[in-house]
Amino acid sequence: MKEVTVISGKGGTGKTSITGSFAVLAQNHVLVDCDVDAANLHLLLDPEIQVRKNFWGMPKVEIDPQKCTGCGLCEELCRFGAVKQGRVDQMSCEGCRVCYHACPEGAVRLVENLAGEWFISRTRYGPFVHARLGVAQDNSGKLVAEVRRQARSLAEREGRELIITDGPPGIGCPVISALGGTDLALVVVEPTLSSIHDLVRVIRLAEHFGVKTAVCINKWDINPRNSRTVEIMCRDMDIPLIGRVGYDPAVIAAAMERKPVVQVMSAVVDDIVSLWHCVERQLGI
Amino acid sequence: MIISVASGKGGTGKTTVATSMALALQACDHVTFLDCDVEEPNGHIFLNPEFTETENIYIEVPKIDPGKCNLCGRCAEVCAFNALLVAGEAVITFPELCHGCGGCRYFCPVGAISPEPKQIGTVERGVAGRLAFVRGRLEVGAALSPPLVDAVRKNRGPGGITIVDAPPGTSCPVIHSVRGTDFCLLVTEPTPFGLNDLDLAVQMVRSLGVPCGVLINRAREGWGIIEKYCRQEGITVMMKIPLSQEIAEAYSRGVSLAKFDRGWNDAFKQLYREIGGLVANERSHCNQR
Repeated sequence: MKEVTVISGKGGTGKTSITGSFAVLAQNHVLVDCDVDAANLHLLLDPEIQVRKNFWGMPKVEIDPQKCTGCGLCEELCRFGAVKQGRVDQMSCEGCRVCYHACPEGAVRLVENLAGEWFISRTRYGPFVHARLGVAQDNSGKLVAEVRRQARSLAEREGRELIITDGPPGIGCPVISALGGTDLALVVVEPTLSSIHDLVRVIRLAEHFGVKTAVCINKWDINPRNSRTVEIMCRDMDIPLIGRVGYDPAVIAAAMERKPVVQVMSAVVDDIVSLWHCVERQLGI
Repeated sequence: MIISVASGKGGTGKTTVATSMALALQACDHVTFLDCDVEEPNGHIFLNPEFTETENIYIEVPKIDPGKCNLCGRCAEVCAFNALLVAGEAVITFPELCHGCGGCRYFCPVGAISPEPKQIGTVERGVAGRLAFVRGRLEVGAALSPPLVDAVRKNRGPGGITIVDAPPGTSCPVIHSVRGTDFCLLVTEPTPFGLNDLDLAVQMVRSLGVPCGVLINRAREGWGIIEKYCRQEGITVMMKIPLSQEIAEAYSRGVSLAKFDRGWNDAFKQLYREIGGLVANERSHCNQR
């Protein structure tokens, strides 16, 4: 089984538009959305939810005012400033449970934390595993891990050979969780100084975790000079540049109609198809 | 006044808006720009600051003294993040999973654990023209950005205006960027993606009790899905920036909107005045309640 994970560093470079098109072009695959705190792939795939499960995050803590003697030990030990005058500020609580273990009166109790939901859906392009992190929840890295676990076991059950994953932006915890053990990180970059700056950091991240990386430039013709810079950078870093997708307003128009780009008439369809063939070659499929 | 700029969806124009507002307001007041998108900070590309100092930010991870450790396993038992593991004759630590809560050290019955600083990133301070500029940069490979965001947030100037450029998404690093600010400006675009993530961001901001308004970027005649949503939710649309090839091209070169066109400079000053009005309104409502 192979997995390709589409990431970008900077947000909004076109990860989901490209992943949505791969969904149409690939065969015998499972689709995954790992951008659990601002998921978008479902908007292109029109999923029909078959399985819906609660995601339990790290338990939060609560202080029982009946048992609390006001000794202040919890407040003193909390590194996150979450305990103040015998009350826990849930937004600041990191879930470390130090107060729970330390309280001499047993006044701190653990409270179950419904931190989101994950889903297995049917789409016309194949099965799709996705999630929704609860409002103002942490635990996004854990939910990413859960979604990927579900996708793998689904692929095994149904004998599917390929997992296509839409990754989150950034280089922090959810991205690290999305990258571990994947076969290829495809970095979507746009020819802007911001995106190029972020490209370097995300490539270093993939390198740090020993993940094979390839780059594609989206909207390359918005600034051909910057695109040339990306080409040179990739060559110097010895990272394969496997695609260039042009700018076409039809891409936004397709998103407005909630369709993957390759399903509408656009000059960029050929670009994306040839990008997909290069991804297949990189994966050795 | 502290204004955070957030979005839910990435790439909607947070940094363009935050830097433009900072540039426009620097003539009227002392402005501090805080780049809290510590995973991928970009504000410097548009503001070209000169950095004058760098502070390394650490969390304290456990260091085990094998001479004292009796392998009782209490540290691994209390660690909520699975950052310690008793494996045979040694305790193995996983610093990248550690949140620095200090639990293992506190509960170790034989005092075998001492704190060891692990760098998670840097906070850099400098000036960009009349602006005070501060950014956080997460070390590549470090997972934990919220403590670094907090370290950046501490740098608000005395009085004046602080503008916080938040990361995309709606989870921990965003919450640490937005909470405690006086107002959150949500930047979105009129696509199904933009709308979906705006709704998530609005719920997040409301749960933090921070008043918010919306800025529509890449606005186009006839694409009214964001306005419709804002009407339903009773949220003010504070500004629209049209979809424009020239603006996109200027952005690609790292030119902020306020520098690109004088008219935008005035528009961002006006935006600030309107935010001030909304915040004052909100406060008087709160006092009445």
